[in-house]
Amino acid sequence: MAVIRDLNKDKMDVVEGSYAVAHSVKVCKPNVISAYPITPQTHIVEDLSQFMADGEIPNCEYIMVESEFSALSALVGSAAVGARCYSATTSQGLELMHEILFNVSGMRLPIVMTIANRAVSAPINIWNDQQDSISQRDTGWIQLYAEDLQEASDMTAQAYKIAEDKDVMLPAMVCMDGFILSHVYEPLVLLEQDLVDEYLPPYNPELTLDSKNPMTFGAFADPESYTEFRYLQQKAMNNALAKIEEAASDFQKVFGRYYGGLVDEYETEDAEIILMAMGSVIGTIKDTIDALRAKGVKVGLLKVRSFRPFPVEAIHNVIKNAKVVVAIDKNISLGLNEGALFTETKASLYNTSIDVPVIGRMIGHGGRDIPVSTIEKIVDEAANVMKSGISVESQYADLKEELL
Amino acid sequence: MSFLFEAGHRGCAGCCDAMVAKFVLMAAGEDCIVISPTGCLEVMTTPYPESSWGVPWIHSLFENAGSVASGVEAGLKALGKFEKTKVIAMGGDGATLDIGMRGISGAFERGHDMTYVCIDNEAYMNTGVQRSGATPFDASTTTSPAGSESFGNPRPKKDMPAIMAAHGSPYIATCSLGYPKDLIKKVKKALEVEGPTYIHAHAPCTTGWGFDTSKTVEIAKLAVQTGLWPLYEMEDGEITSVKKIGKQKKPVEDYLKMQRRFKHLFTKEGGDEELKKIQALADENIVKFGLE
Ligand SMILES: Cc1ncc(C[n+]2csc(CCOP(=O)(O)OP(=O)(O)O)c2C)c(N)n1
Ligand code: SF4
Repeated sequence: MAVIRDLNKDKMDVVEGSYAVAHSVKVCKPNVISAYPITPQTHIVEDLSQFMADGEIPNCEYIMVESEFSALSALVGSAAVGARCYSATTSQGLELMHEILFNVSGMRLPIVMTIANRAVSAPINIWNDQQDSISQRDTGWIQLYAEDLQEASDMTAQAYKIAEDKDVMLPAMVCMDGFILSHVYEPLVLLEQDLVDEYLPPYNPELTLDSKNPMTFGAFADPESYTEFRYLQQKAMNNALAKIEEAASDFQKVFGRYYGGLVDEYETEDAEIILMAMGSVIGTIKDTIDALRAKGVKVGLLKVRSFRPFPVEAIHNVIKNAKVVVAIDKNISLGLNEGALFTETKASLYNTSIDVPVIGRMIGHGGRDIPVSTIEKIVDEAANVMKSGISVESQYADLKEELL
Repeated sequence: MSFLFEAGHRGCAGCCDAMVAKFVLMAAGEDCIVISPTGCLEVMTTPYPESSWGVPWIHSLFENAGSVASGVEAGLKALGKFEKTKVIAMGGDGATLDIGMRGISGAFERGHDMTYVCIDNEAYMNTGVQRSGATPFDASTTTSPAGSESFGNPRPKKDMPAIMAAHGSPYIATCSLGYPKDLIKKVKKALEVEGPTYIHAHAPCTTGWGFDTSKTVEIAKLAVQTGLWPLYEMEDGEITSVKKIGKQKKPVEDYLKMQRRFKHLFTKEGGDEELKKIQALADENIVKFGLE
């Protein structure tokens, strides 16, 4: 599957990642934005504030709340009265929202939120990894991960399309690596208003808080009915699988750009070694693959765009013929010594007929640089697995032994 | 007679929360949206698939009614639906004075046009009568029990109306379910005034305080008549009206002796001294608010 991008140079602007996302939010015509500053998400919030100050987002209220807890809580109210809602946060802010994340998905409110991924405290660290959003994986939010600025920008519109679909009605996180994407300047095509209008219909929820037709939201469910609410959320997640694919191909029809649906592939056709990853590290991996392919190494990449719902079938289809798979994670489950992509890919293969060894490598935590050499080292280890089997299932690939 | 807050809820017999909710909706009418945090009111009124609410109602969490109400108001404004619809947050004292404080403070500081109603039953009733920031001095609760070394809750009630006044709220009123007409009048006024307004309704809880289920209103009245719960209105930070207690004035014992949570004051050695301290609190109120 080739990446198709209509990157018409005449239409390109060089902007910061945060600006590109803020612009995307603007053209998606939100009714309520509610947010609280936290590095490296802050520029998104500031850019949106400037748009508001300049009167560029009509029919919109911007609530500058006193905490992330309230940022998302306020959107619960706004979404429930039928408003299209947006927020952005990261790290501690996202963790502070934890309780409300469940609430939003349980009430089936299709709020879209950008996560400028960042490490969590302690020790305090503001740089990029994906521990923050991965830690929220079971909250019932769709989680999409962007590779670069153009994708983060375009994914914002796709997220609304998926979240607000009548068969889905779930909130969605658009995850972009902090600093690496949020603070970088790159040439990209800013979403055109007329095309967004064509792509994204106005939000028109079936159920709202409306005094002409009073309804109770967030009722108390006892053991007689609670399970069924959860079941329906899971069903909606299943429905989202096809909608994520659809949103990507519809996007291509209107805008001419495509990044894959649930997953994307790079040099996988004859690949013996397949690396899996999410987010901006994809770019480095692609460069490494180009260099290694020139030397005859049969290595390819599976880019995972959707982490929730977890696209088991799409992943299996890509890796089933490989000789070894490496899942690369910017997060760790402490006590298991594994990253989430690794654990879940491995688990998904059990009870199937696919017999491919999978190893996990964790890199780039707390913003540690990921040079090509680190990826090369990982590929070397994968090549050894082909020859002599798995020696270390999961470990940090960039640990500094001298600091321990 | 049909009410917007329907009978058939699961509150205890003589439940204070149910009465206050009924009165608030009588004041508000149909065109409102109610936001309630976790607590007795929420749990007893919305057992899925049933609901006591004849108006749109939303529960989110224990600590975010103020924030959700901000969002409801902002959402209605953005969609051009705000004009008539009143936004009312209604929650317990724990949700208001303790865990939800930040959200309410934020909402008031930002000036959202909404009314927050605190139904003050002076403890966390829904989780089994634990102390809150509104639990009065010397009340015995499950987390501030009276014992050989303790007379119960060691601190007086947090002065929430004063805190809300410090936020610059244009209208604040204390009321009591013992005086429904006064309560309804004040809620109506709060809803009419533009900006964030606050109603603090004193609400005796038969189960948590330990009194006969027929006595809710009587006890509520006694709290006012002793001076322990002064009824007043504040406009732009100034007290503009006070309900005088005059000849109805009663000693605090009359109020305290009817409740299990103060029983130890009448049985334990040193109780007399404690009763004097509580009388002093009432006397202070009488002077401070000019109740006589
Ligand atoms: C974050 C959180 N902590 C604790 C609880 C448990 N809890 C539910 S209701 C409640 C007390 C409610 O007390 P109050 O607000 O005074 O209302 P009441 O039930 O007395 O009317 C508590 C502690 C919760 N739901 N959420
Ligand atoms: S415990 Fe108190 S507030 Fe709760 S339902 Fe019973 S009477 Fe009402």
